[in-house]
Amino acid sequence: MGKIVIDPVSRIEGHLKVEAVVDDGEVKEVNSAGMLFRGLELILRGRDPRDAQRITQRVCGVCPTSHSTAATLNLDSAFGIDDKIPDNGRIIRNLILGAAHIADHILHFYHLVALDYVDVARLATYGGNNPALNSIKSFIERGELGPFVPRYEGDYRLPDEVNEQAIAHYVTAFDMRRRGQEMLSVFGGKMPHNMGIIPGGVASVPTVDNMTSFLWRLKELQEFIDNVYLPDVMAVAGVYSDYLEIGHGCGNLLAYGSYELDGKEADLTKRGRIFNAGTVATDLKFVEFDPNKITEEVKYSWYANSISGKHPSHGEVVPDEDKQGAYSWLKSPRYNGMVYEVGPLARIMVNYVAGNPKVTGLVDSALAQANLNPSAMFSVMGRNLARALETKIVADSMVDWILQLKPGEPAYISYEIPDESMGMGLVGAARGALGHWIEIKEGKIANYQIITPSTWNISPKDDKDTPGPMEQAILGTKIKDEANPFEIVRIVRSFDPCLACSVHLLTPKGRDLGEFKVC
Amino acid sequence: MFKLPKIKAPWYNRKVSDMGDSGAKEYPVIWLQTASCTGCSVSLLNVINPSIKNLLVDEVVPGHHINLRFHPTVMAGAGEPAIEFMVDTSQKKKGGYILVVEGAVPTAKNGIHGVVGEKDGKPMTMLSWVESLATDAMAVIALGSCAAFGGIPAAYPNPTACRSVGEVLQAKGIKTPLVNIPGCPPHPDWFVGTVASIMLTGLPSPEDIDELGRPKAFFGQTIHENCQRRAYYDENKFAKKFGDPGCNYELGCRGPITHADCPVRLWNDKTNWCVGCGATCIGCTEPGFFDIAPLYEKLSASALPEEV
Repeated sequence: MGKIVIDPVSRIEGHLKVEAVVDDGEVKEVNSAGMLFRGLELILRGRDPRDAQRITQRVCGVCPTSHSTAATLNLDSAFGIDDKIPDNGRIIRNLILGAAHIADHILHFYHLVALDYVDVARLATYGGNNPALNSIKSFIERGELGPFVPRYEGDYRLPDEVNEQAIAHYVTAFDMRRRGQEMLSVFGGKMPHNMGIIPGGVASVPTVDNMTSFLWRLKELQEFIDNVYLPDVMAVAGVYSDYLEIGHGCGNLLAYGSYELDGKEADLTKRGRIFNAGTVATDLKFVEFDPNKITEEVKYSWYANSISGKHPSHGEVVPDEDKQGAYSWLKSPRYNGMVYEVGPLARIMVNYVAGNPKVTGLVDSALAQANLNPSAMFSVMGRNLARALETKIVADSMVDWILQLKPGEPAYISYEIPDESMGMGLVGAARGALGHWIEIKEGKIANYQIITPSTWNISPKDDKDTPGPMEQAILGTKIKDEANPFEIVRIVRSFDPCLACSVHLLTPKGRDLGEFKVC
Repeated sequence: MFKLPKIKAPWYNRKVSDMGDSGAKEYPVIWLQTASCTGCSVSLLNVINPSIKNLLVDEVVPGHHINLRFHPTVMAGAGEPAIEFMVDTSQKKKGGYILVVEGAVPTAKNGIHGVVGEKDGKPMTMLSWVESLATDAMAVIALGSCAAFGGIPAAYPNPTACRSVGEVLQAKGIKTPLVNIPGCPPHPDWFVGTVASIMLTGLPSPEDIDELGRPKAFFGQTIHENCQRRAYYDENKFAKKFGDPGCNYELGCRGPITHADCPVRLWNDKTNWCVGCGATCIGCTEPGFFDIAPLYEKLSASALPEEV
């Protein structure tokens, strides 16, 4: 029996440690822990509610746009203007969020995930004439291999030609994700931490030149998504087809929905969106979503048991650093008392089984091309594929949205800040379901609660002792080589974890993993 | 609420050539993420000329290369081998590597709120990494407002007692040269320009740096001095709500008290910048920018410098 400790887990956002107990080549126990606490929810208290939109973006520099969107929807609802945002404002917000998703998903596949499958070192013997590949070859000849080594060794399977092409695309993708952020800044001002999305709408009035500039940047990205990104994901999935089974996970998927198509419906759950909210399990039956069924449990988290099971609108943070058996400072969000995975896979599958026409045709054709059943989506490669399919759906939809903008017309509405109010903002962030909840008293923030996608996915065991989604995906996995645990890092990265978002606190007892003392 | 950190910087008169390794062509870089959001790293990925690929595998200026030995978001490696590689670099390249710190440093309870990896089987706090890696570095770059001034995690009530890198170094008497490159995030040009300048001409001289440790080349003027809406201010035309023409001063703009060259440098391949998209400057290159006042409140007249 051996213990694998991976700390830090790299090529994710934030500070994550994974410990796995391996016996007879199989993961018997697993524990994931976030390693940083900043306390942003505490910092928010007592401030002007409007500042929440700027501050919560700083939760995460990789997905700030999702936080700015969730915070703004939250504030719109608390200010009573969520059905009054001008269409220009609603559409520009969608375009900003969409640009972020495109850039983020490209970054994830090429720069966070690909190095688990692609062998850069093999370019030492490259004999072709691609300038980018030759410059990497000279780099290797200089003898300075960071950041590509050290790495895990022994399972890089791509044929030379595919491998070389993937590395060339790794380089091109740097430019493409950058272009995505540039496109975002047309309306968002700058990235990271866009300035365009604000309560009441967006900061600027659309102009024809902005719209045109945005459109042509988008077209360049569409070409890359269709001709490079999607084919690369399919090619990697084909060679590493065992990863269409590895990392199955809990089998329950939850999506909040995203991209507002209806600015006049105040109820977020009824509002028309490109991706609709809902849940689905491995039986592939669509179930409607009810935000009142979200709770946070804390049996294995360092919080007082008295706050367990609360809805986030009344969420509390009561640390209990001496709590026996606890092993994480992440709470365990649960839906209807059960474990749910969130993310692009959830959005794609929920909308696939709901018969969303934007989704069904594309998913069917991708599955047919690879000769797969929908059940194969519940896997490492399924998550990566869902992310790529979502990127295409968003990019293609954005073309229509740009043309719906009315140049020169308002994109912002003024409002008063109420003395007392509650708000909720739900959005499908790049990494999955993201929720912000606010309580305003005397015109200031009295309580602000955030449940991020990675809190869902990386959560510890809940009050019923059921492990969190990522823990379930790792449990039972066969590890070929304990010194090079590719399987674990590939599963972890398929969730695209974002730890700065998730983690509340770590104490010295964070190292004391209770029953988990097997070495 | 807000207290300006005082930074004294007697070390800025040191040149690379004085440091016994004037022939350095390969600059090992250890990039540590502490209490941060990774936004500074993502911003660096947006660099144009040179491109991020040029930075990682080619050269920064002719004959001068960065060797990125440790970067949590970019590096292939993870876990123990990655930590060993980082420690090995700091030992074998003593006095010859650049330490980049992205994020503030949690110091409450000896830094237990932030842990990265293990050393000799014991968890290592970000605080201890910063102290040990800074001691033997050629120079430390505090990248972003969290590293430079404490930033967001140090905002009131600063739950984890986050400190700037400068404060941590000062508390330990570590004399390694330090350059502050604030911004939330910092513009990638500010980082690349600073690194290229170190490679070509050595560490900044005292006259190159302002009293907050920032290179004057990028932070020498205020936003207000170069703002595209400056003429409105001079004519007393003020926007009353977002989307209006006019100066955004009454909407809370911090341009008059914020030092950075955003209005002329522009962001994201010169596509736009904060005021360019109709928003205000939120003062992100200044210490304590979230604690000066609510962001959408007009700055009080007493906060304005005399020359505005």
